[in-house]
Amino acid sequence: MSIIETKDLTYTYPGGKFPSIKNISMEIRKGEFVLITGPSGCGKTTLCRCFNGLIPNFYQGEIKGEIIVTGLNPLKKQTHEMAKNVGLVFQNPENQLFALSVEKDVAFGLENIGMRREEIRQRVDWALKQVEIYDLRERSPHEISGGQQQRVAIASVLAMQPKLIVLDEPTSFLDPLSAEKIFSIIYEMNKKLGITVVLVEHRLDLTAKYASRIIIMDQGKICLDGKPRKILNTQETRLLGVGIPKATLLYQELLEDKIALSNEIPLCSEELANFLKEQLKAK
Amino acid sequence: MSVFDGLKFRKVSSPIHNLDPRIKFFYVIVIFFSAILFNQIIVLLTLFLMTIPFVLLAHVQKEWLRSLRGAAFLAFFIFIVNIASSYFTSGYSLTANQIESAIAMTLRFIVLAGSFSVFFLTTSPDHLGLALEQSHVPYEFAFAFTTAVRFVPVLAEEAQTIMDAQKARGLEMEKGSFLKKIRNYIPVLIPLIVSSIRRSLELAEAMESSIDH
Amino acid sequence: MIEVENLHFIYPSNVEALKGISLNIRDGEFVAIMGQNGAGKTTLVKHFNGLLKPSRGFVKINSIETTKTSVAELAKNIGFVFQNPDHQLFSETVEEEIAFALKNFGFKEEVVKKRIDWAMNLLGLSQYRDTSPFLLSGGERKRVALASVLAWNPNTLILDEPTIGQDHRQKENLRQFIIQMQTQKKTIVMVTHDVEFVAECNPRVLLMRDGEIIADGKGTDILTNQELLTKSSIVLPQIAQIFQELSCFGLPQNIIDIYDAKNILIQILEKKK
Repeated sequence: MSIIETKDLTYTYPGGKFPSIKNISMEIRKGEFVLITGPSGCGKTTLCRCFNGLIPNFYQGEIKGEIIVTGLNPLKKQTHEMAKNVGLVFQNPENQLFALSVEKDVAFGLENIGMRREEIRQRVDWALKQVEIYDLRERSPHEISGGQQQRVAIASVLAMQPKLIVLDEPTSFLDPLSAEKIFSIIYEMNKKLGITVVLVEHRLDLTAKYASRIIIMDQGKICLDGKPRKILNTQETRLLGVGIPKATLLYQELLEDKIALSNEIPLCSEELANFLKEQLKAK
Repeated sequence: MSVFDGLKFRKVSSPIHNLDPRIKFFYVIVIFFSAILFNQIIVLLTLFLMTIPFVLLAHVQKEWLRSLRGAAFLAFFIFIVNIASSYFTSGYSLTANQIESAIAMTLRFIVLAGSFSVFFLTTSPDHLGLALEQSHVPYEFAFAFTTAVRFVPVLAEEAQTIMDAQKARGLEMEKGSFLKKIRNYIPVLIPLIVSSIRRSLELAEAMESSIDH
Repeated sequence: MIEVENLHFIYPSNVEALKGISLNIRDGEFVAIMGQNGAGKTTLVKHFNGLLKPSRGFVKINSIETTKTSVAELAKNIGFVFQNPDHQLFSETVEEEIAFALKNFGFKEEVVKKRIDWAMNLLGLSQYRDTSPFLLSGGERKRVALASVLAWNPNTLILDEPTIGQDHRQKENLRQFIIQMQTQKKTIVMVTHDVEFVAECNPRVLLMRDGEIIADGKGTDILTNQELLTKSSIVLPQIAQIFQELSCFGLPQNIIDIYDAKNILIQILEKKK
């Protein structure tokens, strides 16, 4: 079953001279964990905004082509109608929490679709426990750390029990340990709850191991699309200036010196370390 | 350290902090309208003095004085503009009345700054939001108000960062003639406005993504 | 030379942000200050150009205490590039933006012109001379902010979280730029939690936690110490992770650079053949 399907999607921001995304045709299926990356300004954020109807409902501008997300047409539906199916998490944690307490922020969307009070209570508690910040529920969003704020934002979309969660560089303001935590939470959502995940990210070293598929964009177009091991092993990926994980790079460097450690390339340090261990033990 | 500390709420326990926020809100509104309505120095002075016991009871005198010190420059500006405008409009002369009204205008500003400062220093935004909801204020209004309140400390911090960034580029806010001093605020105000607009857009985007309106 | 002796700083809200920091940064050094958000990194570097003054202890810049001079005076030697360029850009054109500080410091007209050209050229901004900084992309705005500080040629550059929101290529450009600054004997102090970027640059590393410095030394020593890093909410760089996993094979443990790693592995694996 496809969750997102686009055909020749082209979009130009109001006043823009040329389109930010050009002829995007793609399909994302239920349960996938898709990592979208590419240099700044390549159109990845713009594409995400199409997925829940922020484009064109909020941003206006000129859109061409077709798009269906979770069976709905975002060009015809209002953004808040999409919100039941599609959750969006943004880059800056500070600017997406607007309520005065953590639990109120998480309850916001639910109150808006007119859910009963007890059910809201249950959903909010469940979502807060999923991201492990139940203890912070009464705190004010600006008193907690950036990593915790970002978990609140994830809980808010999780509470809606969406089919798809789209995250736009959710950890760029966070320290490495908090970032790792966020990524493992996202991975759990995908594995345990079966929610389809689209993650926009520069830092492949922390995320490539979680993805079931990588899409690389450049200048508004999709250049490469496929399984992580395949994509990270191509010459084009290196030329596009994508930040390839160090473990993958080291593997490729060794290969250039005729040292083949295994048949497939590693995506993270644990994998490469395991390949090396086998080699070191074997001899 | 900064004038904006005069607006930041800090959790402390005092009779004023524990007061129902609606009462404090009502008090501020009453002071606000009285200060607008009256222009006699004696009334304004009384309003100002009335605030002081609350400040002392809440143990926020340090922060409160700091916010007043921050307001002093603007107060001085208001005074000068008033004096200058009456001087030029009444044919290059000044009467005692005109000086008095300039003092009143300045005092009015200080009264407003002082009472708002006590309010924000002693009221947790949480309690305020709750109070507004309970007193049947229309939802849109309560929502807009609490969101604004939620971002007061964030904006105050941002203003401080911007001032630091410009000082680090050699801007001396207090240096120069009177006009130069006013011009010194441009490198602070423009980034503050631009960042606020960017921030509101991001907020609007996040809200649009989750709520009906 | 930056000298910090027993520096304490208490915010008006009575939060003690720095608890007795002592350190020296010599001219021409490249230092990365790392640690969790809220550890006091930015509070510390704001003392270097006098934006904050010590509550106790002292900070001396070239033997002069920061309490005895002004921010404007200190800033001539110490350029501070803030994290978010939107917090400083305000002019109508890129050229005017860069001229702002030069005029504040009272440079002569012809010097101002020269310095603008030089800074724009260095950061590849020449084609944007008459463009409004607000119309540029995020990465370009960051470069304008950097150029506007670099223009007065301070001896020391403080970079607050320079890699946030930057893509791989932009980070590589930044690294090249830092190397170039080092060859000109500039002192560089970088506040960051981007562990991979620090591993690539391999500067002296200061690790902060709760207002204290918990480690100070070579990047290869600190970034390979799991225990210390965890205390500061930092993870091992990837290369260090790999070598830690292989510690039972007697491999060296102070490797953070990919090419050092490659050479060592080649030696061992070839020998085994």
